[in-house]
Parts: sequence; C-alpha cells; structure tokens
Amino acid sequence: MGIPYYPGCTLSTKAQNYDRSGRAVAAALGIELEELAEWQCCGATFPLMVDDSMALIAPTRVLYQAQQAGERVVTLCAICFHVLRRSQALLERDPDMLERINWFIEQEYSGVHVVHLLEVLRDDVGWDKLAEQVVRPLTGVKVAPYYGCLLLRPHDEIGLDDPEEPTILHDLLRALGAEVVDFPFSIECCGSYLTVKEPQVSETLSMDIVASAREHGAQLIATACPLCQFNLDYPQRETEAGFTGNEMPVVYFTQLMAAALGLPEEDWGLDSHYVNPAPAIEGQRALADS
Amino acid sequence: MRVQISIDKVRGPFVRQVEEISGQGLLDCNQCGKCSAGCPVVAAMDLLPSQVIRMAQLGMEEVLESNTIWICASCLTCVTRCPKGVDLPRLMEALRQISLRQGVAELDLGALPPELTKEVPQLAIVGGFRKYIK
Repeated sequence: MGIPYYPGCTLSTKAQNYDRSGRAVAAALGIELEELAEWQCCGATFPLMVDDSMALIAPTRVLYQAQQAGERVVTLCAICFHVLRRSQALLERDPDMLERINWFIEQEYSGVHVVHLLEVLRDDVGWDKLAEQVVRPLTGVKVAPYYGCLLLRPHDEIGLDDPEEPTILHDLLRALGAEVVDFPFSIECCGSYLTVKEPQVSETLSMDIVASAREHGAQLIATACPLCQFNLDYPQRETEAGFTGNEMPVVYFTQLMAAALGLPEEDWGLDSHYVNPAPAIEGQRALADS
Repeated sequence: MRVQISIDKVRGPFVRQVEEISGQGLLDCNQCGKCSAGCPVVAAMDLLPSQVIRMAQLGMEEVLESNTIWICASCLTCVTRCPKGVDLPRLMEALRQISLRQGVAELDLGALPPELTKEVPQLAIVGGFRKYIK
C-alpha cells in the first residue's frame, strides 16, 4: 500500500531521524510513504486571524500538491499535520475562501484528506496487527507518552483522539510491549515557538513536563512532534559541567517502533539526540532478555 | 487602578477591530476564568487571559501593552475548555495582529543566541516569523 507523504521542512533537516524511522517502520508494515513530487513549507502556523487570507496560501499549495498524488496525504510532523488538517477543514466549510485562494494560486484545489501516521497505524494497520509484527518487544521499558498540543487540538477540526484524555500513543506503546507511564503533563504545552522568543519560558514549561514524567517513573518520553522533541531534549544537553545524571531521553514514537520491529539500528536514528536514548531502550531489553 | 468605562469605548473602533480580526464576539465571554485556570503558561503572564478579554471587552487599548498576548503560545487548551465556545487564541492573535500592524516587532533575530539558532528546528523559526514579526 502506497500513501502520498508530506515530510515538511524540519523532517528534511533537523529531524531527519523522525523522517527516516517513520519511513522505515511504515515500509516494514507494508506501507510505502511516497514523498510528494513537489512540495514546500506549510507555513508552520495555522492562521488564527479571519481577515487575512495570505497565510492560507502556503498550506493550500501543499494540499493541492497532495491532491495531485491521491485522496489522502500522510504527515509525521505534528505541526504540519495541524496546519494542513485545519486548512483542509477551513476550505471544506468556506467555499468562498476556497475560490479566492484557488484564484490566487492559479490551481484547482478541491479536497484531500490529511492524516497523521498514527491514524494510519491505528485505523489501517490496527494495534493487534502491529503487535504481531513486533520481534523485539520493549519489555520493561517505561515510556511516558507525550502528546503536546497540536496533534489533539482543536478537537472539532483535528479529531485525531480525545483532546483531554488521548490514548493513541498509549495504545501504540502497549502494542510495542512497552510499559506505559501515565503522567499528568502528557497534553501540556512545551512552549512551542516561544523557544525563539522567550526561551526561559519554554524551558520552564518543558522541564516541568520532563520532571513530571520522571516522578512517575518514566525512563523515556515518546512524542510525535519535532518541536516538542527539541524543547524537551535541548535544555537537558551536556554542558561544560557534563550531564547531571538525571536526564530523560525524548524520542519519536517511530524510533521506538523501529527498535521493536527489529529494524537495523541506522533506521532508529538515535545518534542525533542531546540525551542519548539508546541505554534506556537497550539496557532494559537486555535485562528482559537475560 | 481606576478604570472609566464609556459607551464610546465599549462600542468603539478597537472592540470592532478585535472582533473583526478574530471572528469572535467579545461579549460571549462571561468571565468564568476557566481559561486562566488551565493556561499552562499563565505564570509568565502579567495579566490573566480572562483579564485580557475583560479589558478588550471594555475597549481598553492599553491591553496591547500586556506581555500576555505575546506569551500565549496558541496551545489551544483554553478553547478546548471554554464553556461558552470562545476561541480565545483567536482573540490573542487579533491583539497581536493589531500591534504588529502598527509596526511593533516582537522578535529581534539578531539578538537570538547563535547556539540556539544553530540547533532549533526550522519550524520554530518560521513560526516565530509568523507570530512575532509583520
């Protein structure tokens, strides 16, 4: 099964490990992520003002490019997913806006369905089928599922899962054999792009999330968003004084999948983290194996 | 602080502008405060989100000086919980847009630490451009 795939800017650069592990695990499950022949930035923020349609042009171009490839397009980046899915919803309910943007971009966008890989795994593959494919389960690895904001909200347009008590990452991690750690900060904000304006604010938010996961016994945090990953991981980087020894690795769910599906280690992409996740994954599994 | 309320302000151009940019009715908010109670970043704000809405309802343009409108990261927790269905992130965006369209720039790219810009994901920079600079 092939599905058109939109990587977005960050998965082509800073988060290549998310892109690589995502493509590899999809392929291992018989899903070919077919990168769009031509694509550009989605705009990175969904426009919240209603009197200015300029910011809808970039996401509509992406939707049009996706429409050329098929009926749906899959994303991995939670922010691209959010921007494109909300743009899709807006253009469905506002034919005047659709006509206006189409006129401007000189294309005939008419509709495409934006999905996240997590939805494909849940709805097309299914958790039981995924669990059957696991050859090296993450037995004993305590993982805190961290959803963040944009994968879930606003519910009326995103609709991926319950906006207050989501389970999709929980279910995925259980299928991989991991021990899921519930913690109260799993849908709290990491500060998003405040990291470029008020880094101390986003760092405080992010380290509260990490501290909560740690207090609840997690060894790893799993996310679906490259900005969450950065905001939670970067403040824990090694300084001149070294590591504190209290670090919490932050991984993409696709990296844990690659480990559980027994894919080659280069597909896991664990080498570009500020806090190395490998010991938390392999240490526990070695214990389980022995 | 003494606040003088006038019909000219409450039905004035500032209120109309906020409502036009946001597509939201300011008076739909009944000041229950649920948005402020659940806001994950309220500790860094000089006004509660609900106070920002109250000032906007009263046409108090000085609300634009509050850091709250720039600290709001559009995480959408408040809109998920608002019992009146007020899209508060859109109201915050409207207040940011009014400032930006007046020429305010809230992000000085030259002042960003180089070690951060080297590491930060591209989408944070693009998002920063969209949110803090016109």
